[in-house]
Parts: sequence; C-alpha cells; structure tokens
Amino acid sequence: MTNINRSRRHFLKTGGMLALGSALPISLVELAFAEPSQNFSFAYISDAHIQHIKDARFVRNWDRGLIRAVAETNLLTPKPDFVIFGGDLAQLGSQAELDHGAEMLSALNHKVHHVMGEHDYYLDLGAYWQKLFGPQYYSFDHKGVHFIVLNSIRTYDDWTYKRWPTAEQRMVEMAGLDNPNSSPFMVGDEQRQWLKADLAKVAKTAPIVVFSHSPLQKIYKGWNFWTEDAEQIQALLKPFNKVSVIYGHVHQIQYNQIGNISFNSVMATAWPWPYPNTYAQAEQYLPKLTVPMNRADPFFERDATGWQFINLSNGNVDMNFTLYSNTERVVRFDKLKKQPQDRDYQAESSRIDPQRHY
Amino acid sequence: MRKLLVTILGISALAVCRPGFCIPPATAEPPGSPPVSADVNPLLGLPPLPVPADNPQTPAKIQLGNKLFHDKRFSIDGTISCSSCHDDNKAFTDNLPVAVGHHGLTGTRNAPTVINAAFNKLQFWDGREPSLEAQSKAPFINPLEAGLPSHQPILDIVRSDADYRKAFNEVFGVQADKLTMEHVSKAIASFERSIIAGNSAFDRYYFKADKSALTEQQQRGFQLFLGQGRCVSCHVIEQDQALFTDGRFHNIGIGINAIQQDVPPLVQAFLEAKAHGGNVDQMVLSDKKTSELGRFAVTQSFNDMGAFKTPTLRNIALTAPYMHDGSLKTLKDVIIHYNNGGVTPAGAQVNAYLSGGIRPLNLTDSQIDDLDTFLEALTSAQFAKPTASAVIPGDSHDKH
Repeated sequence: MTNINRSRRHFLKTGGMLALGSALPISLVELAFAEPSQNFSFAYISDAHIQHIKDARFVRNWDRGLIRAVAETNLLTPKPDFVIFGGDLAQLGSQAELDHGAEMLSALNHKVHHVMGEHDYYLDLGAYWQKLFGPQYYSFDHKGVHFIVLNSIRTYDDWTYKRWPTAEQRMVEMAGLDNPNSSPFMVGDEQRQWLKADLAKVAKTAPIVVFSHSPLQKIYKGWNFWTEDAEQIQALLKPFNKVSVIYGHVHQIQYNQIGNISFNSVMATAWPWPYPNTYAQAEQYLPKLTVPMNRADPFFERDATGWQFINLSNGNVDMNFTLYSNTERVVRFDKLKKQPQDRDYQAESSRIDPQRHY
Repeated sequence: MRKLLVTILGISALAVCRPGFCIPPATAEPPGSPPVSADVNPLLGLPPLPVPADNPQTPAKIQLGNKLFHDKRFSIDGTISCSSCHDDNKAFTDNLPVAVGHHGLTGTRNAPTVINAAFNKLQFWDGREPSLEAQSKAPFINPLEAGLPSHQPILDIVRSDADYRKAFNEVFGVQADKLTMEHVSKAIASFERSIIAGNSAFDRYYFKADKSALTEQQQRGFQLFLGQGRCVSCHVIEQDQALFTDGRFHNIGIGINAIQQDVPPLVQAFLEAKAHGGNVDQMVLSDKKTSELGRFAVTQSFNDMGAFKTPTLRNIALTAPYMHDGSLKTLKDVIIHYNNGGVTPAGAQVNAYLSGGIRPLNLTDSQIDDLDTFLEALTSAQFAKPTASAVIPGDSHDKH
C-alpha cells in the first residue's frame, strides 16, 4: 500500500507517468487525462551490446537483456510517446549484430530514435547503422521540447583514418578500456557548427534535451566516460533556460549539474560497470576489465542492468530506472536545489553501504 | 496411521515451542514406537519452526485444526475439504496436475504439499497471502474449490456442532456466538504447522556426516545440485539447515512461455479488473492465461512477470506432477526443462521476462539421471514409502 500511495503522490507531483513496478498503471490513465499540461514520457533503452559469436549464434545473455527491456516497454501504461535507443546496439559494429539488434527492437510498439555508440561506429564509420536507422545526428520537436541527437563518439581524424591497417582493428582498439591505443571521444567541428545553427532557431525558453552516447562532460578518460569538446558544447547550450543531457555508455546511474545543464546517465541492458570476473561458471564473453567489483546477485544475469522511462515534467527530466530484482531508482530534478537528485538516496544517511565483509 | 503419526509429531515438537520461536527437539518419537537411535530426529535438517506470537501451538488446537482440515461440510456440496487436495496419504498433495474442487471443477494451479509449508515466507504459488492463517480462508470461498458463497456456512456449523463448540471453547476460550473465521483459520494453521518433516537421507548425509546415507550416484547428483546444475542458488541449503527454497519468485519459463503474445492485452485487462475491485484469488484460479502472470498479479512489478514461488524440494519425489501448473510429469522432466534453459520442449521459445538466472546448463543424460536420483534422497523418513529402495531404519510407522 505504501508503494501505491507514494507512487500516486509522485504522479500528482510530476504529472507524468509511473512505472508499472510500483503502481496500478490503470488508475493513472484517468489521472493523466485529468492533467492538462504538456508533460509526457518516453522510454530509454541503451547499451545492448549484441554480440555475434558465429553463424547464427549470438551471446544469449545480451539478447535476453534487450528482449526483456523491449517487452516491458511495450507494457507501459499509458504508452510512452517514443523510445530512444541510446547506442551500442552492437558489440563490434558488424552487420550481423546490427541486424539482429534491429530485429529485436522492431518488436517495440513505438517510434524509436537512435543514438550512435562507438561499438556501432568504428567498423564502417556508421555506414550500415545509417542505412538502418537514419542520420547520425539530428533534431526534432515534441510537445514544446527541442530534442537533439548527437554522435558524440567520434574522435580525431588522424586516429580514425590514418592509424589502423584494418577497420576491424580500429573497432577493437576503440572498444578497449584503459587502452593507450584508444582515443578520446568528441562531437567535432562539423557537428558543433550544425548544433550552433540548429540552436539558433530555438527560443531560449524552450526546454532542450540532448541525447548523446558519451557523457558530454569529463568523468574518466581511460574508459572514455569523456567528451573531449564537452566545454564547447556546454557553452553552446548555456543560453537556454532548461537543458538536459541524457547519455548511455557508462552502464550505471550517474547524475550531475553543470550550470544550467542537468546530466543523467542510463543503464545498460547488457552488463553493469564495473563488473566482476569472479562468477564464471560458463563462458561470459565479458570485456576484460581492470576494476572488478562486487555485484549483489551474480547468479542472476540481469542483476544491475535495466532500462528507464523518463518523465518530462515542466521541461525537466525525471529518470525512472527499472532495475531487475533491485530497488527501483528515481532521479528527479529538484526544483529548489536546481539539480537532479536521487529520490531516496540523496541524504548521506539513507545511502546503501558498500560491502564491508573483507 | 500416517495421519496420526504426523499429528503426534506436531504435538511432541511443541514441547520446546514458544510464540514466535521453536527449537526442534533432539528427538521426537511417537509414544509407543520402538526405540530408535538419537540421530533419527524427524526434524533433522529443519530450521526452528516460526510460530506467530498470536497463535501458539497447543495439542488441543492442532487436534481441532486436524478435524477442520478434514471436514467436508465446509463446501458447497459437502464433498470438499482441505484434505481433498492436500491428502494425508499423498504427501499432503493430490498427485494431480491442478487442484479439483466441487463438481470436478479444476483450477489453474498444482496443489502444493502442506508438509513444511509452515516455513514458507508467503503462501500460495504467487505469494498472495502472508501466512497459513490468511491462506487457509481462501479455498473455502473460491468458486472452483470449496465453492461457498461466504464463510458464513462454516461459522454456522462450528457454532452449532456440539463437538466444535466444546473444542473451540477449550482452545480459544470463546463462546459459540463469538466464534469467527479467525479462530477457524488459526486452528487450521496450527495443524498445518505441525506437519513438518526433515530427516531425509540427504539430512543424515549432510548434517550428520553419514556418508553411507547417499548412494554414489546421489552424491554425484548433489555435487551437480551445487555446481553445474545451479539448483542451490534458489533451492537453498544452509550450513545447519536446509529448506531448499529461497522464498523468492522466479520466472522459469513455465506457463508464460506459451502465452507470450497475449501478455500485453492480458496485463491491461487484469489490471483494469483489479482496479475495479476484482478478486485476485478468483481471477488467477479461474483463468489459465491470467494465472500465468504469476506474482505480477499480486505486485504489478515487472520483476514478477510470470514468476512463481520457489517450492521446497523436501519430499519432492512424492509430489508429482510438478511446477505451478502441474505441467511436468516427472522430476527428470523438470531437470530437462532447466537444462534446456527454461523451455519445454527443447527449442521452444523462451519468454521475454525469463529470470536472468535461467540459462542452458549443458548437463549430459547421465548427469540428469544423477540429479534425478539425488532428488529422491530428499524424502523424509516418515513419508518414505516402504517399497522405496532405501528402507530407513526407524521408519517404523507402517508397523503400528
């Protein structure tokens, strides 16, 4: 009962929609129609990392993550207005992986907007992806909000075009973590100029939401939780009242506020960062990592993965994380503090302790 | 005789019970039974029995519950009692795929055994009731089970029947006109709480270090249970006790695999009905497809879509057929289902909401047989059939 009451309160506050996870969605339909504002919701699925083994074989675990997110998104009531796929649909950018991923995504009953990830890009520089999903960067308007999609995982031309003997090697080098042969992500001159022109047409009061694969802020270079020209992009976004950046790539929940810009990350459907190598009763096909960490329930392959739906409430982003066998998380824009805040864990005292049994 | 034995066990167990807590007695032999060695504690391998503070065990209450449990008058046509589906002579289940109620009506779910149900954190396959007390009231008024329109006919009987009046007065100190369903359900729950059993070959092997208790094949099966079979992750064994359940709910690809395309409209229709006051107990037991929503019907959480409670494996060899819908005939079928990664038959489509713990196991045929044999070692001595290959010393109830 507490959950339901609490969720209803949440609903009334945001005027958005709710996870099936903790509420009776049917009762919300009426409430939603009673709310006259322009608030709406969309779903966000990201980082599926569909991985081809050989022939018709793909890594089952990653397939199951994407299939589950798609099936659950289709159960949302009321329906989200559209779905964003946040990049890294493929693991090594092959046509087989992109085709297989696109086929699983085709089960969605919604319009899907795609964001380019580095795992989709560095084999053929987005050629096949573009054939399937359209332009690598673009913008659209929806119910008064201006949405911008950037390809933020490009890098220096020298690295991309001159360094590598084969496209396959280029792909693998960029996919590596803590790899000295890698190169920092960036949006680049071409897109920044386009962005400037695109923003020139938008009223300064209009809420802006930017989707990128990398963070558009500088967090950790070794894993490319990083965008080299982040400051320049932030400067272009600065004149606007309400700006939100939503990014994938990091496979974990992050949020931040830099000036007028709210940053939120999304979860992966494939695996969480960091990830333990300790539970390997079967071949895991996990990328080699340097920082293994405990995971609550290693038996359960979906543990610490998930997807999210997002309420746009008065132009601000409220992130609702759907996490399997886990407490669901809500990161909501706090209007007083003017920054994103975890609904339940913002206070030091209400945080979950890390493991201490060592 | 078996019924009597079980009752007596419950009574002897209560010597060390107090509200909320109970220590299994070192030995709990039925009075008059031949002397048995001290390590044939019938509760060997069980944790302390949880007893609610407001419903302590007493011999008289257990006896009253026993009577209520077997009373067929508490049904629309006088043919159905609790024991119709939880038959003392069939390990407190009915060995049917799904429960059969009055006039041969069938529900959607397999009758689980009452043995050790007292240890369940939640009752029913979808955990929709929190206790034995709460659970015991539902089947009387389910249209497909005992079929009563309300609990009133039960109260009419227990308030007027001289034996019941006397017994309820003795147990609860309550006059007939003050008798409520709370009293009835407490007595039934008390009786069910007396039906607990450990002391299987596995318990003697694992907790008493009796290496001869398991055959070599069963020992291999046990290693598979812990390792490649991934069984123990949900069917939990602790250092000092084993309930063979995590008390949680998992989508393991039973039932829902076959109705995947229907899930979105089903969810919509179910939630609409529930929001308009629909009774979950009736909705899930009367419609096969709605039943397959599993615990989602209770919690509306994505995590619980198509998920059902992990049952204990104690006495599992006696409770065929298996799974929440009774769809698998043998334990071998169950192991093969898991070996297939949550589908039957192999190659069928896995449902989208499958629990992340379920994946193909790559067990060989002989490994499957090993596991199968191990599961037969989980039968409590007092329920073991005398024809079973391993006759347990001290399993003397058939000689009574």
